[in-house]
Amino acid sequence: MLYAAVAVRSFRRFSTYRTATLAGVFTNSVFGVIYSYAYLALWHQRPDAGGYDATDAVTYVWLGQALLMTVALWGGGTTDDLAERIRTGDVAIDLYRPVGLIGWYLAGDLGRAVYHVLARGVLPTILGLVLFDIALPASPLAGAWFVVSLALAVVTSFAIRFLVACTAFWLLDQSGMRMLSGVLAIFLSGMTLPLVIFPEPLRSIALALPWASYLQTPADIWLGHRHGAGILAGLALQVLWAAVLMAVCRAVLAAATRKVVVQGG
Amino acid sequence: MAEVTAAVRGACQEYVWIAAMWVRSALAYPWSFWILVVGSALITLLDFVGLGLMFHTIPHLGGFGLREVALLYGASGIGIGVADLVIGSVEQVGLHVRTGTLDAMLTRPVPLLVQVCADRFAVRRLGRISQALVVFAYGAGSVDWTLARVGLALVMVVSACLIFFSFFVAFSCIQFWTVDSTEFANAFTYGGNTMTQYPMTIFPREVLKGLTFLIPVAFVNWYPCLFLLGRPDPFGLPGWFAFVSPVVAGLTLTVAGLTWTSGVRHYTSTGS
Repeated sequence: MLYAAVAVRSFRRFSTYRTATLAGVFTNSVFGVIYSYAYLALWHQRPDAGGYDATDAVTYVWLGQALLMTVALWGGGTTDDLAERIRTGDVAIDLYRPVGLIGWYLAGDLGRAVYHVLARGVLPTILGLVLFDIALPASPLAGAWFVVSLALAVVTSFAIRFLVACTAFWLLDQSGMRMLSGVLAIFLSGMTLPLVIFPEPLRSIALALPWASYLQTPADIWLGHRHGAGILAGLALQVLWAAVLMAVCRAVLAAATRKVVVQGG
Repeated sequence: MAEVTAAVRGACQEYVWIAAMWVRSALAYPWSFWILVVGSALITLLDFVGLGLMFHTIPHLGGFGLREVALLYGASGIGIGVADLVIGSVEQVGLHVRTGTLDAMLTRPVPLLVQVCADRFAVRRLGRISQALVVFAYGAGSVDWTLARVGLALVMVVSACLIFFSFFVAFSCIQFWTVDSTEFANAFTYGGNTMTQYPMTIFPREVLKGLTFLIPVAFVNWYPCLFLLGRPDPFGLPGWFAFVSPVVAGLTLTVAGLTWTSGVRHYTSTGS
């Protein structure tokens, strides 16, 4: 299968940089420790803030550090290659390949995400278990749903990053939009602070936006704060956003293809 | 002595030339440039909003109110902001080693550190500094200002810049040995900044000791701010720690300088 082959090669490509992975795990863990103590101080004063207890809060911190790279919160992944190819004009080659451009880059990004969840996700989680005694998934079923939710998170994040990369068709350079998008993602995914302790109405708004998919929804499933119908509702919203955003990607790409002027061609 | 002064002045002049060139280069994509400026200010703004939202849930964090935390946050933010603006590009030294551009730099008649630091100079980082200044001004409302405190506040900010300055250089030097470990330095630079945004009272005593004697990031703002706020040290450490930040900055600068020299000496070209 073509897309599987693309994904596998992308997995291998990202796994070349071993020292970078170790350095990244180290940095994620340092931030994990800092935020754990900050949240412990908060939950020490308000033991039930946002419906979480102190263990939930610390688990949330380490899940966030583990998923930071997988969901590519700051941007990055195969969409960065795309943006660079748009800038240089190489995207013309991608466009006349007998393969869908979106599918090609999505497959590559999924391969990257699998690598990142294994390399950058597992080690910090183990460290969190050792240092802060974080909670494991509420049940094996919750664990399985967590994986589904995480996959949807990666697709949603890919769609948003793809749209950002596509701005290069008009702006030539994606770096400004990439940064803005990263800023929004960090704040609205609940990476800065769990969305559940946001004051209303900010909380409800943030929970309805696509970025809630990145961290809050998978984390709530892991922690057992969503079960039964709650899980299904969470996943349904994730599917909805992923589908809508992918459709927008198609439309934007079609519009961009109509206007594309290849530099030097 | 006159020679040293002339050399330093020359290095600064060369730095400004290279930096100005990068500013012109960034303006080639005006949309991206301005979005980056706004984005950079927004990042730090939302970061502080996050802290503010924490205080929406609780009246104080580790015994410190929002304004007092703003003072800590602002001081640390100015420190890392200035250091990041001036020499943040040193993080990319591994990239220069890998792609071989460091060889070209070594042949030019400009000090290597100046070239590496001025490379890709990014004005957008002013966004972070201005946000930190605003937060610091807000936090300054919690201080009962005297002449001594104004003086110490100035010393604190300068020392904070110099300490982060050294962190950027020292920890980036690891890349002379392992080229693709850029992120490792982030744990100390941005990590150090994040740690010092909070009052140290949220950490256990052992962590504070590590941040005082091992990675002396507590001198960036914690000890001077205790003096500014007129608070006794909650960990019972000596009160004169408030005044030694410049000494600590001198020490870290020395270590960074030595690390840089030995890193450059260790450097072997990739040959590409």
